[in-house]
Amino acid sequence: MEARHSTSLTRSLAIQSRVIGALLMREIITRYGRHNIGFMWLFAEPMLFTLAIVGLWTASRATHGSNIPIVAFAVTGYSSILLWRNSALRCTKAIVPNLSLLVHRNITVLDVFVARILLEVAGGIMSFIILSTAFIALGWMAMPVDVFKIVQALLLLSWFALSLSLIIGAITELSEVLDRFWHPTVYILFPLSGAVFMVDWLPKDLQSYVLWLPMVHGVEMLRSGYFGPGVVTHYSVSYQMLMNFVLLLIGLFLVDKAGRQVIPE
Amino acid sequence: MITLNNVGKSYDTRRGSRSVLCDINLKVGKSQKIGILGRNGAGKSTLVRILGGTERPTYGTVERSMSVSWPLAFSGGFQGSLTGFDNLRFICRVYGADIDTATRFVEDFSELGAYFREPVKTYSAGMRARLAFALSMAIEFDCYLIDEVLLVGDTRFHEKCHNELFEKRKDRALVLVSHMAEQIRAHCETFFVLHAGRIEQFDDVDEAYEYYEKNG
Repeated sequence: MEARHSTSLTRSLAIQSRVIGALLMREIITRYGRHNIGFMWLFAEPMLFTLAIVGLWTASRATHGSNIPIVAFAVTGYSSILLWRNSALRCTKAIVPNLSLLVHRNITVLDVFVARILLEVAGGIMSFIILSTAFIALGWMAMPVDVFKIVQALLLLSWFALSLSLIIGAITELSEVLDRFWHPTVYILFPLSGAVFMVDWLPKDLQSYVLWLPMVHGVEMLRSGYFGPGVVTHYSVSYQMLMNFVLLLIGLFLVDKAGRQVIPE
Repeated sequence: MITLNNVGKSYDTRRGSRSVLCDINLKVGKSQKIGILGRNGAGKSTLVRILGGTERPTYGTVERSMSVSWPLAFSGGFQGSLTGFDNLRFICRVYGADIDTATRFVEDFSELGAYFREPVKTYSAGMRARLAFALSMAIEFDCYLIDEVLLVGDTRFHEKCHNELFEKRKDRALVLVSHMAEQIRAHCETFFVLHAGRIEQFDDVDEAYEYYEKNG
């Protein structure tokens, strides 16, 4: 039932990375243009948002039942949300504007999604690094305690972003109704994702429910890396990895299904 | 060689599944010129997309052992904010072709001048068509797929395109689908008619045309 491919796996991988590279370059130009500061928006945009949140929280002197440094708390929280939220958002309805590209046999629906996700994840991580560096230099934030753990947490969150975004991208292509459902879901996930609280602040019975959400583990790990053992965190690397893997499989399955339905222009 | 083995394609519509192609067997050999005649909605474009690998068949297998172009469209879907040059670089990256060689060719062939480095949204329809044609000639293939030959630009440019595709690339294979018998007569050697999702071969174009007319 399949078109037969006589192309070897290594050659396929070479083609795929070439195609994704081409799509990335194209995305950068169409999204950020050549004018103004162009490609700088990739991290300037999330930076402005984080600054606004830090400003609001500092101004309202929001105390979260903890003496945790608010700037570092906001930067770690918002950056981790950015990773999965923006990449999922960029994958919704991503196929229609790219239909004319799919006439090229080597460009698949998966490539279109992966290029967009890579760009968003890179932007999110860059904004996290630049913001942290700037705030540390200004003395608003302390130095991170465990950089290696931060890197691991960012990788896990990026993997989660990939898996989630593939699912969302495919679903919004397959069904108009599910597309409508996704947007309110984001608003519900936003406060639950662990970005605006530490799991330890919650009552014990609530903690176990919140820890069902995979990204909560990533955020907690990121903060554990940033603040060190002085702050109590709750996370499981193996749970985050297991969920990432399961979601990735679902995502790839759905993307394949969506790819069969798409009729190129 | 491109081989279609018992290929079929159906689309889901609101009234259930609609079959567009049934049990198609077709071989495209090296430098063979194949013309497929069919009415609007006969499934010509679908067949071309399956040959080119842009769409997957519902059943049957497709084997490709030569490089096959994308279905050449002479109007082209371009992203308006990208320049002609951006589009060229993109195509070259996707197909692994050398950007400098292709740039020289496209700049010369498309006659866009300074517009080559301007966003495509500033182009006239004729300029877009010239860019689209030049881009599709910038990458070399063993087999070209053509979904209706549309005349690009003025007579002089039209001749240039004709020369580039049908004269200079005489040694390549060609699959041309059209509803116009004249186009197929002019460029092809092997004739098919696509009717009601099935394909039938004819020895000469007149026989093919007769069958095509009778089943209109």
